[in-house]
Amino acid sequence: MKRMIIILLRNPLSLLGVILVSLVVLAAIFADFIAPFPDHRGAIVDFLHFNQGPTSRNYMGTDLVGRDLFSRIIYAFRISLILGVVVLAIATPVGTFVGLFAGYLGGKVEFILMRLTDVFLSIPPLVLAIAMMGVLEPTLMNAMLAVTVMWWPWYARLVYNIARSEREEGYVLAAEVIGASNIHIALREILPNCLPAIITKMTLDMGFVIIIASSLSFLGLGVQPPTPDLGSMVAEGARYLPDSWWLTVFPGLAILIAVFGFNLIGDALREILGADQ
Amino acid sequence: MFLVLRLLARRLGISLIVLVGVSMLIFGIARVIPGDPARIALGPNATVEQVTNLREELHLNDSIVVQYGYFLADLLKGELGISLYTNRPVTTDIAQFLPATLELVIFAGILMVGIGLPLGIASARYRGRWPDHVIRLVSLLGVSAPSFVWAVILMLLFAFYLPIFPIAGRIADTYEITRVTGFLLFDTLLSGNFSAFGDALRHIILPAFALAVSGIGQAARLTRANMVETYDKPYIEMAHAFGFSARRIANKFAFKPSMIPSLTIIGLDFAAMLGNAFLVEAVFAWPGLSRYGVAVILRKDLNAIIGTVLIISATFLIVNLIVDLMIALLNPRIRYSQRGST
Amino acid sequence: MNDVLNICDLTLKFRGYTGVTDVLHGVSLNIQAGEKVALVGESGSGKSVMARIVQGLLQDLKSAQIKGDLFFEGHNLNRLSAHQWHALRGTSMSMIFQDPTSSLNPVFTIGTQFTEVLRRPDPKLSKVEAAARAGELLNSVSIHDHDRVLNAFPFQLSGGMNQRVVIAMALANQPSLLIADEPGTALDVTVQAQTLNLMHDLVEQSGTAVLFISHNLGVVREFADRIYVIYRGRIVETGPTCAVFENPGHAYTRALLAAIPRITGGGIPDIPDTGDAFFEPMVVHNGGQT
Repeated sequence: MKRMIIILLRNPLSLLGVILVSLVVLAAIFADFIAPFPDHRGAIVDFLHFNQGPTSRNYMGTDLVGRDLFSRIIYAFRISLILGVVVLAIATPVGTFVGLFAGYLGGKVEFILMRLTDVFLSIPPLVLAIAMMGVLEPTLMNAMLAVTVMWWPWYARLVYNIARSEREEGYVLAAEVIGASNIHIALREILPNCLPAIITKMTLDMGFVIIIASSLSFLGLGVQPPTPDLGSMVAEGARYLPDSWWLTVFPGLAILIAVFGFNLIGDALREILGADQ
Repeated sequence: MFLVLRLLARRLGISLIVLVGVSMLIFGIARVIPGDPARIALGPNATVEQVTNLREELHLNDSIVVQYGYFLADLLKGELGISLYTNRPVTTDIAQFLPATLELVIFAGILMVGIGLPLGIASARYRGRWPDHVIRLVSLLGVSAPSFVWAVILMLLFAFYLPIFPIAGRIADTYEITRVTGFLLFDTLLSGNFSAFGDALRHIILPAFALAVSGIGQAARLTRANMVETYDKPYIEMAHAFGFSARRIANKFAFKPSMIPSLTIIGLDFAAMLGNAFLVEAVFAWPGLSRYGVAVILRKDLNAIIGTVLIISATFLIVNLIVDLMIALLNPRIRYSQRGST
Repeated sequence: MNDVLNICDLTLKFRGYTGVTDVLHGVSLNIQAGEKVALVGESGSGKSVMARIVQGLLQDLKSAQIKGDLFFEGHNLNRLSAHQWHALRGTSMSMIFQDPTSSLNPVFTIGTQFTEVLRRPDPKLSKVEAAARAGELLNSVSIHDHDRVLNAFPFQLSGGMNQRVVIAMALANQPSLLIADEPGTALDVTVQAQTLNLMHDLVEQSGTAVLFISHNLGVVREFADRIYVIYRGRIVETGPTCAVFENPGHAYTRALLAAIPRITGGGIPDIPDTGDAFFEPMVVHNGGQT
């Protein structure tokens, strides 16, 4: 574990990733202290300073009612990260168990579970989330629900593939011969072998969840104003191109930086853990 | 050859089952919403009587299983109901908007393969040297932002600051095109209207690129990874011993075996672009199915929502099927051996 | 000087994270036209690496430091441009590897791969002509079912068949030097014997010189005219095959010969892994190298 961290820090690219992610996470956690205008995350107006480009007072400019963009972006990071953590915290265990038992037990269980997974996987990722959000009220909770529902099948498929090939391995046969229960074999023998792939995928998924979530809110299907969200900020600002370019460009770059950081780390982890799909 | 056809038939069968499952899923979701579809359809001024009548007509008082039965029966007749948004049959709406989205996605797909694959090959061939590092970094950046961010950036750079490309739409209003396939790039050529073709081309480039950026990055990374693995294989060392040029080895001997594992993922990526089309169509005001889809979702237009999702899923499944077919054709082991794939 | 290959004082070091590793310590070797020379040693002795250096395949590696002269048919290989060196491969010198089936590209037919090889010296060769030439070459390795083999993929043919195909391809352009890196090791013993006999006859006919790399002394004895014994990057003994086998001078050679299990029994002898005796200076028999 410690060795892994050292390797991560040695490689310049993954180091960059760690730095970027740390900045984002710290900004999100300590938003109240870092943001120059913490109350701008709410419904504040300041028409004295509205629609201005980047200045020394407002590093990233202000929006159409005068709120500081930099502060709003920092709070928006908070929303994105919370969403990512919650989605993964639910989708990963659900998907893993489905895939694990489908892969190990085989037979009817496998057929039913994997057909179910296929149904979810056959709808392009964003489409399912959009459709769900279309019929639910657009709130943070519902957005998390929609993305989670769309997410677990990917873990199911990943773990299923690994479990299926592992169940022929020697150590599984040995455990069966001893008389270990199916649950024991699945959880204590096979699951640990799936962990590297799962962890790598989770890291890469953080970035991907942020992308999906911001896509949803870009379409107006996520959190609603005045709560700051990177996707909806880009959508609002897009209307004022090219004059008030900072309204779209900065939130867009914020998404890019956060996801890029997670991807850098995920890539490095993939090489270290040698996880194949 | 027969083995391939048998494989295809089996996959088709599974896909149909899955599609039915999808229809059940989306139907279930649509019927679970709070609020009364009939009331929403008729608007706030409708009388109680009108609402009751509409509810009868739409079978809204029956159990959900019965409702699904009616839905399926209609579906098999080719009817998807009337859209509340456009007041036309959903099938008409789909027929109008689907080609625009398909054209965009296919163009983006061509970009994805045409740019992503060579980048990946170059990256693997010059592994460890600076072209590799540059390509890897750029590819990673490409997959690190949603399509709408790239759409906005491209629009800013190439439509506003450097006014090379138009900002929105599919083609300038001044052109009258007779609709044959619905694919503007074909229709303009078919009618011999070359300036219209040029205009349509200029309109499609930015949105297609915005859609393709993420796919290009993925394709490049995947191709690189697979080729690097192939380069370590004995038959590549043999190829070197035979004195084939590095270029030939990269483009022929290492490339073909690498493509087979890549194809599945590339197929998935291509199909994922169907979903991302929503975002790009929104930014560039592209009159496609995705824009229609978002509009009907915001209006809770049930029939249209179901129809749109179903069509998009069906397209997704078809694309995957085609990809699997291509893999079977390319991989001699599958062609000649007994094993199918799951 | 009828030398096809002349290696003078070749040194190879690898630069790694932990420092520099010496792999070859001043190795010298020569092969005359039409000669069959064997390079014998255990795993890690450096024999395979030498083959790759002769082919010029190792020079690209940044971590490799190579010193020494290599002469091929009188030309100093180090003075050649990469392009010229590269032109030699597949035409004047060729190489075959351990496992024939994995040496062939799995997604191309045998015929396609043959055509590619035959086009190396003659890029304008038509497919029909190439198929005809390939047919002749297959005959020479006792494969008569031309159509089936040329249209097949490597995984459809047996290991022995693939080995013969690979030999045919390697000899297709009539090279002056064939490097064989443990050929047939992946095959059944009987099949291996057949292919080695085949190789023997073919190179006798065509007058191709062979550098035969192996750890299998029995095979070497049958095949080679002269042998070099290599231990940890140093040549420790050299001479005509019979001389070395009957009268092994160096401690390591004696250990190697003693390690061959005998059909008459006697078990496996007690040989040290290493020892000062193995680092004795080289033993040269009469009729050995110049």
